[in-house]
This record gives sequence, C-alpha cells and structure tokens, in this order.
Amino acid sequence: MRHSLTILLLATLAALTAASARAETLIAAMSSHQIQINSNYTGDQLTVFGLVERDGRTAARGDPYDIIVTVRGPRRMLLVREKERLGPIWINRTQRRFPDNSVFLAVASNRPLNEIMSEETARRERIGIENAQRLPDPGLDFGRTTARFKDGMIRILAEKGLYSQEARGVTFLSNTLFSAPIPVPATAPTGSYEIDIVLYAGGVPLARQSTNFEVVKSGIEQRLATGAYEHSLLYGLATVALALFFGWLSSVVFRKD
Amino acid sequence: MQIYLPIAELPISILMVLGLSGAVGFISGLFGVGGGFLLTPLLIFLDIPPAVAVATVAAQVAGSSTTGVLTYWRRRALDFKLGGVLVAGGILGTVLGVLFFNLMRRLGQLELVITLSYVTLFTIIGGLMLYDALRAMWRVRAGRPARLRRRAGTHPWWMGLPLRMRFYRSQLYASVIPIALLAIVIGFIGAVLGVGGGFILVPALIYFFRIPTAVVVGTSLFQILVTMTGATILHALTNQSVDLILAVLLLLGGVIGAQFGGRAARNLNVESFRLLLALLILSVGLRFAIELFIAPTEPFSVIVTEGIR
Repeated sequence: MRHSLTILLLATLAALTAASARAETLIAAMSSHQIQINSNYTGDQLTVFGLVERDGRTAARGDPYDIIVTVRGPRRMLLVREKERLGPIWINRTQRRFPDNSVFLAVASNRPLNEIMSEETARRERIGIENAQRLPDPGLDFGRTTARFKDGMIRILAEKGLYSQEARGVTFLSNTLFSAPIPVPATAPTGSYEIDIVLYAGGVPLARQSTNFEVVKSGIEQRLATGAYEHSLLYGLATVALALFFGWLSSVVFRKD
Repeated sequence: MQIYLPIAELPISILMVLGLSGAVGFISGLFGVGGGFLLTPLLIFLDIPPAVAVATVAAQVAGSSTTGVLTYWRRRALDFKLGGVLVAGGILGTVLGVLFFNLMRRLGQLELVITLSYVTLFTIIGGLMLYDALRAMWRVRAGRPARLRRRAGTHPWWMGLPLRMRFYRSQLYASVIPIALLAIVIGFIGAVLGVGGGFILVPALIYFFRIPTAVVVGTSLFQILVTMTGATILHALTNQSVDLILAVLLLLGGVIGAQFGGRAARNLNVESFRLLLALLILSVGLRFAIELFIAPTEPFSVIVTEGIR
C-alpha cells in the first residue's frame, strides 16, 4: 500500500515536471537573411542553424528530439484548373481558387513526419506540405473536389521545385545542435519568406522559434524591374528604339549589295 | 550559360534562346512572316509567363521586321500605299480584337477560344495552301504552266467593288474595301492570338489579289513593323510585361537569322516557297490540335495571379 503510494507520487511528479518542463528553448540562426538576385542568379541555398537549450531542471527524456522546419514563401492567389473531356476535345472546365496561398513551401525534418507524429497531430499542428496552408473557405466548400484540386496544385508546384518535403532535411550535429539547408530555386518569387522551427519529442511540441529571410532583385535586375513599373512609357520606347536599332544595324552589317 | 530575366523572373540559357530566335528569325526572313506564332508558344513552353512571352515577342518581331523592311525597300519591293491601307484597317481590327479578348476573359473561355482558333485557323489555312501548292507542282510536272495566267481584263469580283485604287508597286488596281476588310480581320486575329498576322496576310495577298510574292513579303513586313511597335509600347504601358533582357537575346538571334532567311528566299522558287510555308503553318495547327484532342497526362494547371485574392 505504502509502496504503491510512493509510485503514484513519483508518477505525478514526473507528469508535473513534463508538463511544466517546457524547459527546452530553441535558438536559431540563419546563414543569411537576404537572397539577392543578380544577372547570373540560378537559385541559392540558405542554412538554418539551431540549438536546443536545456536548463538544469530539464528532466531526461525517453524520446529523442525531432526538429521540423517549415518555410512559407510569399502569398498569392492561385487558380487551379482541370481539363475535362467535352465531346472529342479536352478543355478547362472547372477551376478552384486558392486565395492567400504560399507560392513556395518547404518542409524539412530529421526523420519522416509519420514517424514523428500521427496524421491528426500533423493536421492540427499544420505540419507537412498538405497541412501547411490554410484552406479556401474552411468548412464551406471543402469537399472532395477541392481536395483533388489541392493535390493537383501540390503535385504541379512540387514538380517545379516550389513545394518540397525533405524527410532527412534536418541534420543533428550533436544531441542538441542541428542544421537544415533550405534550397531556394531560381523560380521562387521575390518577397519575404517565413521560417518556423518546432522542436518535438514523442510527438509533443516543446519549443518554437521563427525567423525570416527575403528574396530581392539587385543591381541591373532591380533597376530594370523598377524601371518597367515606374517609367512604363520610357521603358516601352527604349525597348522599341533598341529593337529598331538592332534591325537597322543588322541590315547595315550584313549589307552586301 | 544562364542569365536571369528580370520581368519573367527566371533564369534561362543564353545559347538556347539565341538558337531558338535564330531559327525563328530565319523562317521569318524566308517567308516574310513575323514569326510570333512560332516564338510565342516556344517561349511559353520554356516556362516564361504567357503575358511576358507575348509582349516581348512583339518587340523582337518589330526588330526583325525592321531588317526585312529595309532590305525589301532597297530592292523596291515594298508598297507603302498598300501598307498604309493595311495599317489603317489593322488598327480598327486590333481595337475590336481587344474588346473581344476582354469579353472572352470575363466569360472565362479565353484559353479555349485561343486554342480553338489556332487549330482551325492554322489547319485550314495550312491545308488550303498545301493543297494549292501540291496542285501547282503537279501541273508543272504535267508540263502545264504552274498557275493559270492572269489575263488582261479578268479579275475576281471582289477586286471590282467600288472605291478602286491603283497600287503601282503591287501591280494592282482593285477596290479598297476587300483589302481593308482583310486588314481588319488580321488586326482582330492578331489582338486575340497575340500574333502579327503575317502568316495570314502573305497567302491572302498572294491568292486573293495576285500581288507579286516579293512585294507581298515586303509590304507584309511593313505592316507587321508598325503594329508590333505599337503593341510593344502598349504592353509596356498597360501590363509592364516586356522583358528587356529577353528582348535583347531574341533580337540578337532574330535579326541574324532573318538575314540568312532573306538571302535563302532569293534562291527559293515560288512553288517550293509556298509548299514549305503551307507545311509550316499546318504543323503548328496540328501541334495545337494534339493538345486539344489527346488526353492530357496532367489534367491540372496552376496560374499564379498577381494579387492574393
């Protein structure tokens, strides 16, 4: 009787420590906070470094640490269309709008997500490519059709390298130090990117940290892009003048008779 | 070697773009067509956003047709009077075409309209030209003249409509009405499909008005130069979709290709010229037909719009 009471007490204590022991904190740093697009830009790679810091009271855990890094790029409205058969021809008939949707999405973890947590948890925690986005009109028209369109969208964007999920994208350098390379393809849009880093153990989130970086045009690329927007007429006239000059030059250079 | 395109927002291989635009420039110089109907689909195939492809090709076509116009002008194979009528009609047609374009976009059927018109237009025009070219070749083989000679005093009825004008260089004395109608139709199609329309104008002027081929090519290039110059400025003003770096690459390849094309045209007899142009147009039509009739491997497509909702 007395023996079992002690066990109960110990168990309660352990549970209490576990509950209050959000003692781990995450410290994260990035190799750079800005990617500059110049004329020979073909994509870039950033690295997220992180450290799991434990204070002295932190109880030893049975479960190993898991890290999941989610990168969400600039948001746009995506229009997804599906080709369907109409008589002998194939045409776009149905379409779905995905407003406020990230054009770039990368999820990296130290091991496959289904080993880290259950599917329900992943959905609730918005972890993984399928769950990282808010859905259009939740509850309103999220039927099987929308799910099909969403799968199609993810498939196409993954093919373009804009959506990616790396089950071995996070490497632990020691028990508490980790790094995650974030490849940014050349087609990734300009704008700001948010990075969410979450520390899990046994499927339970222990600590979070977020940081960000931006992709910007620089040098001649930036000047041409702003010129096209801010001095449209001048830009158009310059293009035409250049075109006519090229045409004239070629007829002079190649003139034989 | 890759270069990043600031407006299209992606890197592209310099050599590939030069090769592509050189080949299209050659065809453009050879046949007196702008080449936009070949270059625009090719650029879209390389993942360049359609709006950027259409607008930048307009600049390239303006440049390469300048070379052609200068060459034909020196050879006195350019009818400015006929060109003026074509430009005037073309402007009216373009305005109507833009209105139709916006209407279809509101109805959500723009893409279907574009694909369907590519298929019907290219297969019908290409097929007719192929038939005609083959018949002419067959006549030559049979020992008869390639085409029925135009006899003095006989002409198709549409040339005899009121408002007749004399176009000396084109050896044409015909009513302005059918010419202006043709120009309106071409401006309309050009605005909807984002092409210069030379591939319709050239055969139409040869077949319906029996204008000498060299003058047709020179005059068609002149009409294309004027419309494409206007189109480039309009695109830059209204949707900022002209990519200057891409334009320079396309121009470099295009003007050089057009030179060689123009030279090759002189060594090409009329019959093979028509046969080749027919085959080219027909194959573009069939290419679009395949897209329409064959079940797609990926039924979904994603369009990234500018706003967030």
